[in-house]
Amino acid sequence: MLKIEPRGFESRLWRYLSPVLALVLTGLAAAAIFAAMGRPPLQTVSTFLVTPLLQQDGLAALAVKAAPLILMGAGLAAAYRANVWNIGTEGQFTLGAIAGGGVALALPDAPGWLVFPLMMAGGVLGGMAAGGLVAWLRTRFNANEILTSLMLTYILQYVLIWLVTGPWRDPMGFGFPQTALFSDAARGPRLQEDSNLHLGVVLAPALAAALWFVMQRTVLGFQLRVLGQAPRAARFAGFSEARLIWTALLVSGGLAGLAGLFEVSGTVGQLTTSLSPGYGFAAIIVAFLGRLSPLGCIPAGLLLALSYLGGDAAQINLGLPNAVTGIFQGILLFMLLGCDVLLLHRIRRAPALSPARAQPGSA
Amino acid sequence: MDLLVNALVSIILAATPLLLAAEGELVAERAGVLNLGVEGMMLTGAIAGFAAALATGSAALGAGAGLLAGVALSSVFAVLTLTLHANQTATGLALTIFGRGFSALAGAGFVGMPAPTLPKLYLPVLSGLPVAGPVLFQHDALVYAALALLVGIAWGIRRTRLGLVLRAVGDSHDAAHALGYRVVAIRYAAVMFGGALAGLAGAYMSLSYTPMWAQDLTAGRGWIAVALVTFAAWRPFWLLAGAWFFGALMYLSLYVQAIGVPVPAAFVSALPYAGTIVMLVVISRDRRLIRLNRPAMLGRPFQARA
Repeated sequence: MLKIEPRGFESRLWRYLSPVLALVLTGLAAAAIFAAMGRPPLQTVSTFLVTPLLQQDGLAALAVKAAPLILMGAGLAAAYRANVWNIGTEGQFTLGAIAGGGVALALPDAPGWLVFPLMMAGGVLGGMAAGGLVAWLRTRFNANEILTSLMLTYILQYVLIWLVTGPWRDPMGFGFPQTALFSDAARGPRLQEDSNLHLGVVLAPALAAALWFVMQRTVLGFQLRVLGQAPRAARFAGFSEARLIWTALLVSGGLAGLAGLFEVSGTVGQLTTSLSPGYGFAAIIVAFLGRLSPLGCIPAGLLLALSYLGGDAAQINLGLPNAVTGIFQGILLFMLLGCDVLLLHRIRRAPALSPARAQPGSA
Repeated sequence: MDLLVNALVSIILAATPLLLAAEGELVAERAGVLNLGVEGMMLTGAIAGFAAALATGSAALGAGAGLLAGVALSSVFAVLTLTLHANQTATGLALTIFGRGFSALAGAGFVGMPAPTLPKLYLPVLSGLPVAGPVLFQHDALVYAALALLVGIAWGIRRTRLGLVLRAVGDSHDAAHALGYRVVAIRYAAVMFGGALAGLAGAYMSLSYTPMWAQDLTAGRGWIAVALVTFAAWRPFWLLAGAWFFGALMYLSLYVQAIGVPVPAAFVSALPYAGTIVMLVVISRDRRLIRLNRPAMLGRPFQARA
């Protein structure tokens, strides 16, 4: 009989080993699922995880896909540290894309030095507005941020649909639900001529690093961490809970809005009804996989980006529906949360007990 | 008169999946476990129920399969949170992410296919009554089951020994443990009961309400069900008021589009989600009500001390 017992401290080793173990277990589980579906398991897993990297420009595609995930994941890592459960980054991403994209549509002839900074500001402010609304509902009315932020995601998705099918629809677009294409200036600077590498690809890891510094080395970061770990201590120390909740939601919302702006300007080039392939939920996995550290969200964001490219590769090469991506992501989070038991607990062989004294927890 | 009958019928039907899922979540939360995976369990129940009904030709067996799928998914949640002490919020989200992906993959071949639907039950005299007949006595078994379960749960929680133990576990797991109750086992049962009802709610969507399979069929209803539990302040009968309120909002959004009110369709579709936020705000403002009724151990892990 195995028994799970508290270590009494957090294992530093398992903190970093747990994601690796979770990834291995996820690969095994995915192989088992593919085998059950009658697919060659090894080949399918390698199509999913390796093929995308071997393709031409595979690494560039990975970096572009990872940029929004790193931005959103880093913001969530900070918010979750403070025990603020923002799960509506998808909505904040959408409002950022709407606000930033709106600037591009309003100024079609403006030069790049003018329009692009304005768009970035629009993206950040749009995301902050969506996050701020959640913060206001929480601090003013005590409304649970998990539910309000998620409901806001649905509402903002409908706002986006209304805009691109109504007032902002491209009159020359043959009735398709999309806006006019942005001007070249509004597509923003490129790191390399004729590539998809937009400014967000370098800005995302830089901002994640900056946020890590804030969390680890400043008073504000300390206050956020105390609020998450010991809310009573935070209250006795005189930290303003409302101010910290606002901070967590404005930061995670603003970063998600910026991610939305980079996605529409750098990758899509116009507003459409489907801007995000579920980045909002994927970013939650990024935050946990990155150990709730903004810096850790960089490798975690790259891995989740790979899961999207792998889903595309599996669809093209093997004819699998790209919903495989969602399953992979879900199992990865399950495995990670399961492996994290080893952070605070160890598993030992329990001495044989009489049944009456056996711990129910070890069942 | 026809309009009123139509309105009442569609409100009752729209409220049923919300009511079923919220009843299950309420029981789990009264035991102190917050399972945010309702949406994922509903979607999995919906596709499992649809596929089983198609394979067997029986909608009733389909509903049973939906229920079992919900139990299966909730037991994964239970193992992770109750045995392995994983964070309940994160694990619930994982359940939703997995359920969305799994149902999309499993359902890819079923989109647009017709399946057997749950039969309406007609009662000899009552179903023929004007107004009351169509409104109250011409529904399928799950509509009645949702109402019967509500009465059963309300009575069970308040008036039975089992209900008392459930509340003890949810309000003070250490005290319940000290009295010799098996906290973890009771929580397992409550979580799996919640999963069963979420799966059944999903099967109701794909076998009666819609009835078909489409990706993301439940469209956030699982989350609305979680919100309903808070709105009801963990009191069973209030779930009915909340579910009917949402049924009314959903009916309104269809009705407004049908009669061609010049409001963009997108705004009307957003109504139930906006309604959820308004409802949460209205109820959460009363901090005392929430504090008095919220299970004190909600979301807290339990570790038995020797």
